[in-house]
Amino acid sequence: MTTGLDVEAVRKDFPILQRRVHDDRPLVYLDSANTSQKPRAVLDALAGHYELHNANIHRAQHVLAEEATAAYEGGRDKVAALINAPSRDELIFTKNASEALNLVANTLAWRSPYQVGPGDEIVITEMEHHSNIVPWQLLAERTGATLRWFGITDDGRLDLSNIDELITERTKVVSLVLVSNTLGTLNPVAAIAARAHEVGALVVADACQAVPQMPVDVTALGVDFLAFTGHKMCGPTGIGGLWGRREVLEQLPPFLGGGEMIETVRMTGSTYAPLPYKFEAGTMPIAEAVGLGAAVDYLTGIGLDAIAAHEREITSYALDQLHGVPGLRIVGPDTPVDRGGAVSFTLAGIHPHDVAQVLDSVGVAVRAGHHCARPVCDRFGIQATTRASFYLYTTRDEVDALVRGLDEVKRVFA
Amino acid sequence: MRLDSLYQEIILDHYKHPHGRGLRDPYDAEVHHVNPTCGDEVTLRVRVADGIVEDVSYDGAGCSISQASTSVLTDLVIGKPVADAVAVQEEFLRLMQSKGAVEPDEEVLEDAVAFAGVSKYPSRVKCALLGWMAWKEATLRATAPAGQDRQVAADERANA
Repeated sequence: MTTGLDVEAVRKDFPILQRRVHDDRPLVYLDSANTSQKPRAVLDALAGHYELHNANIHRAQHVLAEEATAAYEGGRDKVAALINAPSRDELIFTKNASEALNLVANTLAWRSPYQVGPGDEIVITEMEHHSNIVPWQLLAERTGATLRWFGITDDGRLDLSNIDELITERTKVVSLVLVSNTLGTLNPVAAIAARAHEVGALVVADACQAVPQMPVDVTALGVDFLAFTGHKMCGPTGIGGLWGRREVLEQLPPFLGGGEMIETVRMTGSTYAPLPYKFEAGTMPIAEAVGLGAAVDYLTGIGLDAIAAHEREITSYALDQLHGVPGLRIVGPDTPVDRGGAVSFTLAGIHPHDVAQVLDSVGVAVRAGHHCARPVCDRFGIQATTRASFYLYTTRDEVDALVRGLDEVKRVFA
Repeated sequence: MRLDSLYQEIILDHYKHPHGRGLRDPYDAEVHHVNPTCGDEVTLRVRVADGIVEDVSYDGAGCSISQASTSVLTDLVIGKPVADAVAVQEEFLRLMQSKGAVEPDEEVLEDAVAFAGVSKYPSRVKCALLGWMAWKEATLRATAPAGQDRQVAADERANA
């Protein structure tokens, strides 16, 4: 099956994929849901920024400052366009998705028309990353609100059978993942958002695994907030983003106070900058924003549709191959329908840590553990999974190397 | 990296046929330790009588390294005076923190020398130490002067 994406050409863009590990074996990198590798264009953008344009932004009058400011704001324009944000001013840079989610969960505890209080309810799901669980637990503790959640079905989908009991007139916020980092599940966020809006709740989507690998449109999703991170989408670490609906962002109080987020500061009180700067306190990750902009250019140059098609194709191939491994159980949807490119599995009688360690010894990089989504493991009565995750540079040969590696795992632990 | 430096035969044997496994009575202290990065966990009980580690029993789930090292631990400390057992624990900790740079003392560590290779894998050191750190805490509690610590342990048992 052809997907219109030339994987071999793509691989040449990623210097690290030429690396050899452990006795000169080719690196088989199947851990992109953890962090993606970076194309040359992003590395060059980072180095180029520091070599030629480095300055602080929005606060100096010299040529470097003008260039750095333009490049930083250019990064914002690119990311805002990528997710079809109605306005670039609604796109706030953060250090990562965790900070983006904490921004929302913290400001909702404070005085605003959206303030959460005793008797209110916050709804999440059992398949969230810890970064979309803990901030809401903290919000509930701080405000006296109650945290509730959707469960997971045996085949790794959200159990929406009790949606009308969970989302009620008491619900103030619904926060859920668009694509699960552990199960791979693609959730029907638009339908859930529509139901949440009927009761007047805000909707937050964690799109960390979705933005890198498929077209994401905040307007079509109908959410109020969308959080994502740069390093999983070919960008640098240290930068992520929060898109929020203008009407809501304008009424929320600032999250962090500091430089550049103000309009006027007097000893008796301060007023705040307009969006998005109200939420960007202190010197921001400037080079990282430039690098993220380059990553967006890179991804859109290939095309998110083509990337999504490749992801579907390689995930489908991987599921087929893994189904043929005796003792292997997929944890999550075991068909390539409505899922992303992260595949978790268990191997009978062998702990995932050991699976990953042996795979590493043959050059195959995967992640083992609870993937910062421990409740998912609890749900399936397991301690951990091994997770292989794919991206635009993943080949069928690499999936084959994974399957061969699993034979080696079994040999060691026979 | 040579995989067989990590997965020594002794380790795989203890993993497949663990010693001392299963929670037993009587005991003086019980602790529950987890490895937050991977979710491995162990519940471990210690019985101390007349200054001797009379029993160590445990239940848990985890990788080969964590399970085998807890199995080896029970072999090494049961029957020893507490002070000698603590010395073994300290030597094992020193080995695990050595990044492969120290020669293990086989006189003290016996089967546990097999874990020397683990110290070269920083992500697995915590696995090897899971049961040992649990034992250390349980033993501290079991040997604390009658009073607060013992009371805490007793309360936890009552609430278990």
